[in-house]
Amino acid sequence: MLSDLIGELPQLLVNGLVAGTILALPAIGFTAIYAVLRFPNFAIASHATMGAYAGYVANVWLGLPVIPSLLAAFVVPALSGMACDEVVLKPLRRTGPLTAAIAAVALTIALENVIRFVFGNDLRGYDLPVWRDWRFDLGFAVLRVGPQQVENAAISVAVMAMVFLFLAFTRTGKMMRAVADNPMLAGIKGINADTVARLGSFMGMGLVGVGGMLLGLDTSIDPLTGFRAVLSVFAAAVVGGLGSIPGAVVGAAVVGVGEELSLLVLDASYRTAVGFLAIVVVLLVRPRGILGERAF
Amino acid sequence: MENYLVAMAVFAGLYGLMALGLNVIWGMAGMINLGLVGFMAVGAYTSALLTVRHATWPIPLGILAAVLVTATAGALVARITARMRGDYLAIVTLGFSEVVRLVAANEIRFTNGTDGISAIPGPWRGEVAPATFNLIFLGLTALAVLVVYLVCQRIRHSPYGRVLRAIRDDDQVTAVAGKPVLRFKTEAFAVGAAITGFAGALYGHYNAYIAPEGFVPLITIYVVLALTAGGTGTNAGAVVGAVLVVAFMEGTRFVVAAIPGLAAVQIAAVREFLIAALLILLLRVRPQGLFPERHIRHPVPDPR
Repeated sequence: MLSDLIGELPQLLVNGLVAGTILALPAIGFTAIYAVLRFPNFAIASHATMGAYAGYVANVWLGLPVIPSLLAAFVVPALSGMACDEVVLKPLRRTGPLTAAIAAVALTIALENVIRFVFGNDLRGYDLPVWRDWRFDLGFAVLRVGPQQVENAAISVAVMAMVFLFLAFTRTGKMMRAVADNPMLAGIKGINADTVARLGSFMGMGLVGVGGMLLGLDTSIDPLTGFRAVLSVFAAAVVGGLGSIPGAVVGAAVVGVGEELSLLVLDASYRTAVGFLAIVVVLLVRPRGILGERAF
Repeated sequence: MENYLVAMAVFAGLYGLMALGLNVIWGMAGMINLGLVGFMAVGAYTSALLTVRHATWPIPLGILAAVLVTATAGALVARITARMRGDYLAIVTLGFSEVVRLVAANEIRFTNGTDGISAIPGPWRGEVAPATFNLIFLGLTALAVLVVYLVCQRIRHSPYGRVLRAIRDDDQVTAVAGKPVLRFKTEAFAVGAAITGFAGALYGHYNAYIAPEGFVPLITIYVVLALTAGGTGTNAGAVVGAVLVVAFMEGTRFVVAAIPGLAAVQIAAVREFLIAALLILLLRVRPQGLFPERHIRHPVPDPR
C-alpha cells in the first residue's frame, strides 16, 4: 500500500507541476485584471475558450504550427477583452464592482454562445505531431512524461518570464503596477487610468486565451473548455492573494499539485472541487492569500 | 397549448420565488450570490432524495427538509465569506454551485449521478388527469409565491428589513450604530437561500425528474435578470420580473425557430445569447428596473 503510494507520487507531482504551470497563465490574467480594475472579471471563462478556438482556427484551418497559433490565441481574446471591457463593463463599474461582476457572468455566457453558434458543441482536437512518452525509471517508480506536456510547460514559463520582464522593466509595466498599488497616487503623478485599464484587460485576457489553448492542447476543446477550468483559476488567484501576480504563480502551483495529489484519495471527477476547497480553506485561515494582495 | 401555458406559468412562479429569495440577499442586504442555482439544486435534491430515492417521506416533509438544508448551506456560505469583500462572495458562491453540480453528478450511489432522479412524486400525480395535475400545481405555486411574497414584504417593512437595507448601503455605519452586522448578513443569506431551495424542491416535484445538467449557471442569470428587470429591492418587482423573463424566454423560442437555416444547437445558442445580452442591456439602460425601489418614509407623528 505504502510502496504503491510512493510509486505514484513522483508521477502525480510532475503532472501537478505541469498543470500548475499552465494554470498560472489564466490565473495571472485574472489577477492582473483584478489588480488594475478591482473587480473579478468572470468573462475569463469565455475568453479562455476563445483563445482555444482562435488557436484552433490558426492551427487546423490555416495549418500553422503551435507557436504562431498561440499568438492568435493571445491576440483575439486580448482584443475582445479590451473591447468588451470598454463597451460593456466599464460603464457598469461606476454602479459598483458587484454589478460589473454580474454583467461579466452574463458576458461570458453571451460570448460562449457566439462560439457555440459558429463551431457547434462538437469536441475538436488540434493538429499536433504524435510523440511517444518519455519513460524514466527512478528505481522505486516509473515516470512517464509526454513531450507535449513539457513543451506546454516551457511555453508557459517563457510567457510568464515575458510578463515579469514587462512589468519590472518597461515604463508601461511600471505604470500598471503603480495603478494597481495606489490608483489615486498614480493619477496624481499623471498616469492615465483609462489607458492602464485598457492595457490590463488586453494583457490579462490575452494571457487567459493562451492558457485556454494550452489547456486544450493536452486534450480537446469545446465551448465549455474555459468554463471547466475557471474554478481552478479562481482558486489559484485567491490562494495566492487576489491581485498579486507572483501570488497567482504560487497559487497555481499549489492548486495544480493539490488537484493531482487529491487523486490519491478522491475520484478523478472531483479534481475541480479541490480548487473550491482550497479557496474556502485559504479564506478561513489566511484571507489575503499566501502572498497577500500586493500586486508585484 | 393550454398545458404549455400552464407549465410556463408554473415556471414563472418558480423563477418568481427564486427572485424573491435573491431579493432578500442582494436587493435588501446587498450581498452578491452568483450560485443561486446551487441552492436550487440542493433544495431539489434534498426533497427528491427523501421522497423517492432513499425514503418515502410525504412531499410536504421533503420540502420542509429542503428548506432547512438550504438555509443551513446558505448560512455556512455566508459565514465563511461574511468578513470578506463582495468579490470573494461572488467567487465562492459561483464555486459553490459548481461543486454542488459535481457532487450530484458523481456521487452515483447517493444521487444516481448524471442519469438523474426520476419518478419524483407530485401532489395527486397519477390520481388525476395530467392537465388537472398541471392546474393543481399552478395553484400551489401561486399560493407559495403569495405566501413568500407576504413574508418578504413583512421583512422589508419591518425594522429588521430596515437594518438589512442599512447594511446594504453602508455596513460600517450600521455596525457603528450597534447592529450585529455579521448575524444580520448570515440570516439574510440563509433566508434567501431557503426560499431558493424551496423553489428547487417544488421544481423537482413538478418536473418529476431532476439531473445535474439541469442546474447550470444560466439559471442564475435568469433569476438575476428577473430581479433586475422588475426592480432590485422591491418584492413585487421580483415577481413581475420573473413573469416577464419567462415570457421573453419562451417568446425567443418561437422567434428564433422561425429564422430559416439554423441548426438546433445554433437556435439554443442564439436564445442564450439574447438572455445574457438583455441582462447587460438592462443593467446599462435601466438598472433600477421597471419598479424602482422607493424609499419608504414613515409619517412622523405631529409634535403639536
